Amino acid sequence: MTTAEPTRMGFFTDTSVCIGCKACEVACKEWNDVPTDGLDFLATSYDNTGALGADTWRHVAFLERPPVPAAGEGEAAQDSGIRWLMSSDVCKHCTHAACLDVCPTGALFRTEFETVVVQQDICNGCGYCVPACPFGVIDQRKGDGRVWKCTLCYDRLRSDMVPACAQACPTASIQFGPLDELRARAAGRLELVKEAGVPGAHLYGADETDGVGGFGAFFLLLDRPEVYGLPPDPVVTTRDLPAMWRSAGAAALAVVGAVAAAFLGGGRRR
Amino acid sequence: MAECHPVGFQWVMEAKARGARVIHVDPRFTRTSALADTFVAIRAGSDIAFLGAIVNHILTNGREFREYVEAYTNAATIIDERFHDTEDLDGLFSGWDAGKHAYDPQSWQYAGMATGPAAAHQEDSPQGEAHGYGARLKAGNPPETDPTLEHPRCVYQILKRHFARYTPELVEEVCGVPRERFVEVAEALCDNSGRERTAAICYAVGWTQHSTGVQYIRTAAIIQLLLGNVGRPGGGILALRGHASIQGSTDIPTLYNILPGYLPMPHADAHPTLADYLAAVCAPAGFWGHADAFVVSLLKAWFGDAATTENDFCYDHLPFITGDHSTYRTMLDMADGKVQGFFVMGENPAVGSANGRLQRFAMAELDWLVVRDLVEIETATFWKDGPEIDSGELRTAGIGTEVFFLPAAAHTEKDGTFTNTQRMLQWHHKAVEPEGDRRSDLWFSFHLGRIIREKLAAAGEARDRAVLDLAWDYPLLGHHHEPSADAVLREINGVDGDGRTLSGFMDLKADGSTACGCWIYSGCYADGVNQTARRKPGREQSWVAPEWGWAWPANRRLLYNRASADPAGNPWSERKKYVWWDAGARRWTGHDVPDFVADMAPDYVPPDGATAEHALRGDSPFIMQTDGRGWLFVPSGLVDGPLPAHYEPHESPVTNPLYGQGTNPARLTQPHRLNPDNGPGGRYPFVMTTYRLTEHHTAGGMSRFLSHLAELQPEMFCEVSPELAAERGLENGGWATIHSSRATIEARVLVTGRVAALTVQGRTLHQVGLPYHWGWKGLSTGDAANDLFGLALDPNVHIQEDKAATCDIRPGRRPRP
Repeated sequence: MTTAEPTRMGFFTDTSVCIGCKACEVACKEWNDVPTDGLDFLATSYDNTGALGADTWRHVAFLERPPVPAAGEGEAAQDSGIRWLMSSDVCKHCTHAACLDVCPTGALFRTEFETVVVQQDICNGCGYCVPACPFGVIDQRKGDGRVWKCTLCYDRLRSDMVPACAQACPTASIQFGPLDELRARAAGRLELVKEAGVPGAHLYGADETDGVGGFGAFFLLLDRPEVYGLPPDPVVTTRDLPAMWRSAGAAALAVVGAVAAAFLGGGRRR
Repeated sequence: MAECHPVGFQWVMEAKARGARVIHVDPRFTRTSALADTFVAIRAGSDIAFLGAIVNHILTNGREFREYVEAYTNAATIIDERFHDTEDLDGLFSGWDAGKHAYDPQSWQYAGMATGPAAAHQEDSPQGEAHGYGARLKAGNPPETDPTLEHPRCVYQILKRHFARYTPELVEEVCGVPRERFVEVAEALCDNSGRERTAAICYAVGWTQHSTGVQYIRTAAIIQLLLGNVGRPGGGILALRGHASIQGSTDIPTLYNILPGYLPMPHADAHPTLADYLAAVCAPAGFWGHADAFVVSLLKAWFGDAATTENDFCYDHLPFITGDHSTYRTMLDMADGKVQGFFVMGENPAVGSANGRLQRFAMAELDWLVVRDLVEIETATFWKDGPEIDSGELRTAGIGTEVFFLPAAAHTEKDGTFTNTQRMLQWHHKAVEPEGDRRSDLWFSFHLGRIIREKLAAAGEARDRAVLDLAWDYPLLGHHHEPSADAVLREINGVDGDGRTLSGFMDLKADGSTACGCWIYSGCYADGVNQTARRKPGREQSWVAPEWGWAWPANRRLLYNRASADPAGNPWSERKKYVWWDAGARRWTGHDVPDFVADMAPDYVPPDGATAEHALRGDSPFIMQTDGRGWLFVPSGLVDGPLPAHYEPHESPVTNPLYGQGTNPARLTQPHRLNPDNGPGGRYPFVMTTYRLTEHHTAGGMSRFLSHLAELQPEMFCEVSPELAAERGLENGGWATIHSSRATIEARVLVTGRVAALTVQGRTLHQVGLPYHWGWKGLSTGDAANDLFGLALDPNVHIQEDKAATCDIRPGRRPRP
């Protein structure tokens, strides 16, 4: 990607064709040398990863759900009395990224591909970004202290390569490309999925007017975001900071005024 | 398929995107089910009832592709009047010999045919896989046929009677599948077959690992032949293999009963001389008529200059079999102290084979054991840390087996080919040098042979000629003296007397002037070019993609593709056009390499005295069969019946409502002190079945030792329905103990609605799902599911029945010693 004006690159994760193979999780760990996240049997369907974190940058969720005749999943789901939803979650690379906003060292930065990346040699482990993320993605690594998350394979992008997870995905559930193209493709795909009998299908994070200004990595979901453990209406946690500062400023002024008034008033009383 | 073949499943997803309907039938709702249009939950071990009912549905409703069936199958052939069906004999076919515990297949033959040597030979050495062409016809046509399909003894009518009781109601009773669901599937198959459409059936070891496994696939073959789905694009039966290049390991076999290219292994009694052997393997009609050229060329490849006309091309040097020398028979013999040494390469029998306890006890009786693998697997350490050491049943000090563990190179560390299920060879290049002492299997085999030959040469014994006469000479590369895999592939392709590579198997000669390591692979190095290394992108060639890799035979991508055209040679439809007769050029042409004699006209009728492929008619697509037809009814080649019948698994909690003979009478039960039966009755009330998960590979040697894979499925678990969990007090995330008469194992519990409680014969039937990847070594550990299973084998291919047996399950961990 050495063009003069790099376009915004991202992921479109189409969960309607995800087969839950976890090749994305493995390819991500292989390429990025992400350590093991623990050998814990979670007894949550086939998900033993649990959540995104410092040592998990792709997480495939497995949701065993009752059929929803009204929402009309696939025919198979209704007949067999179960739907098995699978979805590969990842850092959303938000348009308005709170993690980046709060980073005091500049370790978090926006790349030429408009992705959000941590520079590990600068991160001082302050952890301010951790509560800032509306999705709980960014996380401190135990014994290391610094924060780690998906880089959208920044090193690969700089070498004109596709991110490892998208490269490994056998069913094109994870698609990588210029965000504009992905959004157009996703809109077409959504129509097909709806026509195929999943009226509840929707795009999650494709809307630039949402609380984080749209995701750089968005999704086609077959059920409500909450079902997948995703916030239904994510808001950049720093959105209200200016207003808060204004309020705080006003409050501070009010306090100053009150104190002054008190002194003045006191003076008057005296 | 999505579970175990996620990369291949992308093509199913692509087909689905283009409008294909995907139907999944399985005991469990899997990743495949999640993406299918229709899912049908079935009781493990009841598939022939389901498939047989589809056959009945087709025949009863006249849904067969009539012209295809009449022209291309043996539906019209009249069967010997001595034949009696399972319907007549309450579950037995004619010819059952209770004393010998085997069938005499003489009464299954085509009417009007001489019988004799063929049957006798088969009785001595049941070698199903090697004898598919059979039929002992003198020429291409069966003696008696009825093209109207009305004769009561014609195959069509026999088939109709045989499956008449396989109704939707029976499916409901036996399989636990509601009748409406069954009819929906049967109709979908019928609707998507015929001139304009085709349907494919994919299966994996879920079908093969049964005491009637071969007959499962036979039933699918009957369906596909009746519907006209063989030899046509989008049709067929696709065997999804359990491991990379398993297809290759039967083509150039690791099996005891066949030689490369599906030639039967010589039998000590039946084939004492080359002439005897060639008489048995050369068919009067079809391409097996050239088996003499295949055999002699193989002997020339193996024994080189030492193989001459005078010494029958060193035929005597081949190993001869005397009976069953299959894996499980050998392990039972080993347990009885009859086997001294054992090489284990790329297997992990201590946890990966059925009845693991038997496997470990057997290996404890060896003098020596060589294990070659990527990591130190359980098979290499059972003598010091196996379950029997823990329990005190075996003591390390009491085991005399000398164990050699040799590290093996991975596929990334060596050149070679994989042969996939499409019979396609794909070359892979070495990416990195193997580190340390790791070496390729080719290196190990070659240098072991070299050292043995050096030692034997010094001894100078006549009995060692077989080893000393081998052509054991390959270019050695690099500082490890790695034999050239390229040179091996060239030898497999075959060369003429001047060392020039052959262009295909039709170049092979029976006079010793050609050498070829595997006749079906001949052409893979045509023109001196490694054809398997071709990687021309699909977008730069036709949709058949003939220039990606190389497929046997002759780079044909679709076998028996003559059947994609009608008897006159015209495509059945424009939509399903594939290979057809060009009347102007008087040649077969099309998108693929025609699987037929290139210039044999559709109206060709063999003259008297014609041989091999010229003894078949121009409208007979099944060119490996002596009658050129697809076999709905199998007169020879199978040891457990000419037609599939529903038999209950060796261990089943239900009875067979169809026949008094409820189980496959010919199954191999292998009675042995280490192989007890669960027996009938209520002690083991549930069905258990094994399977694999996407996250792990077979017995775990390649996955349990890697953190990135191990963490994804970190412990052995079992899958049970909420109903069974409630009945037995099992808690999600807790522990369960699973019992059989072979073993008691423990597993974490996953309670899931994906395993449904079925209604079978009017009562609730529970199934316990057991992934079989675990053992006690590696990062991710757990008890081995295979320990629970016994050895009840399919009699044709000696594969164990571990897709359906009985068990009990209780909450909590197993007792500790």
